Amino acid sequence: MNLFQKTASTILATSLIASAAQAQLSDDEIRIGYLADMSGTYRDLSGPGGLEALQMAVEDFGGQIDGKKIVIFSADDLNKPDVGASTVRQWVDERNVDMVTGLVASSVVLAASQVVEQAGKLALISGAAASSITNEYCSPNHIHWTYDSYALANGTAKAVLANGGKSWFILTADYAFGHAMEADITKVVKADGGSVLGTVRHPFPSSDFSSYILQAQGSGADVIALANAGADTVNSLMTASQFGVTQSGQKLAGMVVFLNDIHAMGLDVTQGLMLTTGWYWDLNEETRAWSKRYEDRFGSKPGMVPAGIYSATLHYLNAVKASGSDEAQAVRTQMMATPVNDMFAKNGKIRADGRMVHDMYLAQVKTPAESKGEWDLYKIVRTIPGDEAFRPLAASQCKLLSQN
Amino acid sequence: MTNLHIKQDSPVLPPQVVRERQQAAQRRKLWFYLALFGVALVAPLAVYPIFLMKLLCFALFACAFNLLLGYAGLLSFGHAAFFATGGYITGYLLSEYSGLGTELGILAGTLASAVLGLLFGLLAIRRQGIYFAMITLALAQLVFFIFVQAPFTGGENGLQGVPRGQLLGLFDLNDNLTLYYFVLAVFIVGFAVIQRTIHSPYGQVLKAIRENEPRAISLGYNVDAHKLLAFVISATLTGLAGSTKTVVFQLASLTDAHWHMSGEVILMTLLGGVGTVLGPVVGASVVVTLQSYLSNGPLGEWVHVILGVIFVTCVLLFRVGIVGWVLKLAKRNF
Repeated sequence: MNLFQKTASTILATSLIASAAQAQLSDDEIRIGYLADMSGTYRDLSGPGGLEALQMAVEDFGGQIDGKKIVIFSADDLNKPDVGASTVRQWVDERNVDMVTGLVASSVVLAASQVVEQAGKLALISGAAASSITNEYCSPNHIHWTYDSYALANGTAKAVLANGGKSWFILTADYAFGHAMEADITKVVKADGGSVLGTVRHPFPSSDFSSYILQAQGSGADVIALANAGADTVNSLMTASQFGVTQSGQKLAGMVVFLNDIHAMGLDVTQGLMLTTGWYWDLNEETRAWSKRYEDRFGSKPGMVPAGIYSATLHYLNAVKASGSDEAQAVRTQMMATPVNDMFAKNGKIRADGRMVHDMYLAQVKTPAESKGEWDLYKIVRTIPGDEAFRPLAASQCKLLSQN
Repeated sequence: MTNLHIKQDSPVLPPQVVRERQQAAQRRKLWFYLALFGVALVAPLAVYPIFLMKLLCFALFACAFNLLLGYAGLLSFGHAAFFATGGYITGYLLSEYSGLGTELGILAGTLASAVLGLLFGLLAIRRQGIYFAMITLALAQLVFFIFVQAPFTGGENGLQGVPRGQLLGLFDLNDNLTLYYFVLAVFIVGFAVIQRTIHSPYGQVLKAIRENEPRAISLGYNVDAHKLLAFVISATLTGLAGSTKTVVFQLASLTDAHWHMSGEVILMTLLGGVGTVLGPVVGASVVVTLQSYLSNGPLGEWVHVILGVIFVTCVLLFRVGIVGWVLKLAKRNF
């Protein structure tokens, strides 16, 4: 590989190859790659906004560690695993990138993290939902930071049950992700004395939800759970609003819903929706101050994913500084040894399976009357302690756990 | 068309002059391909090999598609199904049976696509034009949903961490350079099959069917059988491209099965020049390069817009595609 790159750089003096050649000569830099969807479905969740948060973290750190510059590369994965994997491979092969962050669509994340593991680098996954990342796909080379599907489904289902929603109807996206979520919800509901009156599976992706929503409405359940994500969730919420589901007394529980979705749909459609979030901009003075800075730079309030990227990057840079190395395992050990304490998490800790455990929040979407501003969207109903929110290690299939 | 009339000087030339000219053209072509081959051999020294391998896989995909659209005049909107089937079968076999050689894995994937191509073809060639396109699209969507649901594909996560394995038990394909030359060999084989098909008498019949189907029927050709064979060859080579891509990236995902992929290959073919031998290669290079390099740069958010503008410009200004346009220029000036 080295030989090839040396030859390459002597043959072609393009700027790209030249920068790769410098990377070969000295590694006096911390190199961070930001891979996310900059142009497609997940752009608003974690596209340019996540990059902004990453830049903020680097700037807050002074842009350098003991005189060594922190450099950011960014790329669009187009939500294609092959594009994501080859970008990351190129980063580690040609630019010797130390850490990759962002990482949204689960297929891209799994592909990219495999490359990262082979290359012995580190990935800090913030955008992805799949809890399998720290379960069957766990690796010593990545850490899952912001949230995961288990925590979202679990948190929301438990809280809604506690608030009196005993009978459930589940609307499931008919693919592995939806099935896993349906199973998680069912387990929680049954364990806490509730009942599941029925489920209906819709093809993934779907645009017409009227028949499913009608079934859910007709079931007479207290709660309609949406075990789907992205555009499917948005479409089902829109349909539910048109059919007056919440007005007729049923509750809606979204499993994977983000601040930008709620903002886009508006409070008229989403009011009353229960959801779990890893972070909210209006939690306390510290989050408000950071969100203000972010908004001044980027133009909108941050959701939990950019905040998670900021937190993960800061924690990473601190660990690099403390350990004096950018070698992945040294940094990871240092990261695990220090609790995460910043505007994102208080006393967050990284478990052996790579899950960053921190408090989650159960939120209810405000009514238009309650909301005092464009971004005043959630009221926080309850803080879910981290140990309760995430999948317990005892139930984990992670291969790293059995080794210890 | 007018250019063709001006250049119609061949009928008056004596036969040996015609033969000499043909031979000279053949020689020029041979040198041209040899030069291309030389470039392909040294290319990984200058350009990132994985990028080149991706380019070759998509070039083969587009060439296979072009065989159907450019030479048989059949616009399939479901080629992603063959691409993905090749990829998934190869990926599954290589992951599950570690003793299996990579070449056998690829062969199995290719074969699966061929069988699927036969099934699709039997149904689809009964209709023409837009109906043909819709049938292939519908069948491909069926296949897409099978891949979403089937347990072995890993659903939306895709098949991950497919081992690259060994070629014939001799060459370790985990080395990027070794793999590159293997992929190059696969591409050349695929490309040669297409070349041979186009220039064979069978290829001539295909062109005749494309130009005037009733006339081909009246001349006594079994049009359906010809079309079906073209469809199966195209599907097989598409599967070969998909299988190879899985080995390169060590993954197979729903992206490959999505109808966007069927659209992308149409874009590549039309952009490069439909019905030209090298058009799809050029088109695939342009699209893949733009995707790769734009997504890394500050224009990342604009990839789709830029591709769209290029496509519209191409359709409006030079419908024959890049290679078609170059050929036209060459014809006018030499």
